[in-house]
Amino acid sequence: MRKVGLLVAGAAALGMALGQANVIKIATQSPLSGPQAALGEQIKLGAELAVEEAKPRFKALGFDLVLVPYDDQANPDVGVANANRIINDPDILGVVGHLNSGVAIPSSEVYARVGLVMVSPANTNPRVTDRRLPNVNRICGRDDVQGPVGAEYAFNNLKVRNVFVIHDKTAYGQGLAEEFRKRFEALGGKAVAFVGTEEQSNFVPIINQIRGARPVPQLIYFGGIYSQVGPFLKQLRERGVRIRLMGGDGLDSSEFVRLAGKDNAAGTFYTTVAGPVSAFPKAKAVAQKFKQKYGKDIEGFGIYAYDSANVILTALENAIKAAGGKKPTREQVAQEVRKVKMEGLTGPIEFDDKGDNKKAKYFVMQVASTGNWADNRLIRVIEMAAPGAK
Amino acid sequence: MLDQILTLLPQVIFDGFVLGFVYAMVALGYTMVYGVLELINFAHSEIFMIGAVVGVEVFRYLAPSVGNGLLLLLLALVLGGVIAGLTAILVERFAYRPLRKRGTTNRLVPLITAIGVSFILQDLVRLIEGLWHNEFYLRMRTVEGLESSFSLFGDKVFIQTKTLILIGVSILMLVGLSYLVNRTKLGVAIRAVAQDLQTASLMGIDPDRIISRTFLIGGSLGGVAGVLFALQYTTVNPYVGFLPGIKAFTAAVLGGIGNIPGAMLGGLVLGQLENFFGTYLPILTNGNFGTEYKDVVAFLILILILLFRPQGLLGQIVREKV
Repeated sequence: MRKVGLLVAGAAALGMALGQANVIKIATQSPLSGPQAALGEQIKLGAELAVEEAKPRFKALGFDLVLVPYDDQANPDVGVANANRIINDPDILGVVGHLNSGVAIPSSEVYARVGLVMVSPANTNPRVTDRRLPNVNRICGRDDVQGPVGAEYAFNNLKVRNVFVIHDKTAYGQGLAEEFRKRFEALGGKAVAFVGTEEQSNFVPIINQIRGARPVPQLIYFGGIYSQVGPFLKQLRERGVRIRLMGGDGLDSSEFVRLAGKDNAAGTFYTTVAGPVSAFPKAKAVAQKFKQKYGKDIEGFGIYAYDSANVILTALENAIKAAGGKKPTREQVAQEVRKVKMEGLTGPIEFDDKGDNKKAKYFVMQVASTGNWADNRLIRVIEMAAPGAK
Repeated sequence: MLDQILTLLPQVIFDGFVLGFVYAMVALGYTMVYGVLELINFAHSEIFMIGAVVGVEVFRYLAPSVGNGLLLLLLALVLGGVIAGLTAILVERFAYRPLRKRGTTNRLVPLITAIGVSFILQDLVRLIEGLWHNEFYLRMRTVEGLESSFSLFGDKVFIQTKTLILIGVSILMLVGLSYLVNRTKLGVAIRAVAQDLQTASLMGIDPDRIISRTFLIGGSLGGVAGVLFALQYTTVNPYVGFLPGIKAFTAAVLGGIGNIPGAMLGGLVLGQLENFFGTYLPILTNGNFGTEYKDVVAFLILILILLFRPQGLLGQIVREKV
């Protein structure tokens, strides 16, 4: 009896290891609960929409396409645990994710063990692709370009010479702030201070430093996420400090306006790697569909996730054709992703030898005074290749 | 550099007091419960957080109908205090009392229970807020009349009305609590239970009722502190209680745990230290040590103080507990 049980269990395990012949799954990993769920949900829904649209095409090829969302909680430990579950499901042939570089870096090493391809819509830390993992790609820009883009705008266009730099001590925030400072000082500007803080509620000490800083800063640069920068800005303005604020794509969420207050947030500059819907004329139809299906507006990361999923889907289709209609291996899909040349909603997508998009877009934005995130002013779009790419 | 320090100094001291009063109010809850039960009630951080969340919700829902900012704040303080106090009673009734009744002598058991309760309350609030508003970060609504501000000493000290209210309310609460413990019948009963639970019950005091009241008082103080914290620092979330809670606990130990004036003094000292180093560290070290090291320096000084006075600042001067 026990032997039969073992046999059944063994057969079941074998079945799991082999997977189902005609099912292909795409996983998403992003925070779906907790502080950054608003951004993470955009990634999940954007990818889901792309998968829904592709279902008939894959049905015609003889495959059932399924999206499996994972919640990484913006936490590296959770991300890695999920990654281990993902690589053990042989039907998953691609991952769209993550939101946070700090989560993407360790998780992508797990995917690399089995050659599972990851296409990131949002991870801007240079190290994500600088490790040259063959399975890691991103369609968005990088912090070592995003920071300098902000610095050049501040120096050349806003004519700022003295800036007070703050960061949140994460791989993302500190990296971005350092890149900003490097370029700003190279241009001839001065970073009056460079301070890190993990504080979430009491920003009074930093505000006092800003008030006492000499020479008087003309701009505050904050490398951090809206959840921290929002309350900081509110307290700053409440204390009568009117110095302008600039940040990176961590501010790119309507939550920023809610937490800082409409009037305080108005006029804030931010650079982002995921532009607003208005910057992508081609995204209009998808945005309408998104609104209809999910009852909320698509934001930048939603569009990028949609494109990321489509990169994987295109590669999958090519790989299926190359394999003569059979289900391709993970390595084959990863190789096909590097060969993809397509026109996404966000523009042309083509990867260099590191997995960076050959021409990523960077946006300089200003928060509108209406309190509506979609009204934010697009100041300029800059297309730039990743540094160090051949 | 010295010039820079001196210009900021009055403001830094003022802000240090504000932070200190918040810590002091929370520290009172720790110290009272410790005085009576010798239990470190780590769930008190979450009682504080519940007060803050209630404050935000009161402002969210009642601001349109209650025009007067002060009246609105009063409502928030009362509701925040009551709900936090009731939560504290429930925690005592269902988590600590059963342990006491079973005669658990291991001191670690209630401590671990407290940590567990803390997690439960955090995630419960997160669940409720998630279902209710789908929000993680809750923003305190800005209300006319509380936000106005003025400057003293020619722009050197910037003061907001809501900050003055925070200081006023906390002083009122500290004085009120001292009166309650030292001059009322309930206070006598609390002190009796604190000194000797068994003997007190022989004298006709119902210890369970007194313990419950102690949790109510400590809890509502924590809740009121939470409302004021939310008003002052504008954003709260379900995990916001942890750091202020840990620091308030430290303040209670610094002052001499179980000692009420000690908790106040400890809170003020810690608030000053933290705010002072938070502002001045980068200036003093020429940018080599940033604001993020403020807690390291503040706690180093606390360790030093406790090395020389392990009983806490006021631990011996005032003998009676509670």
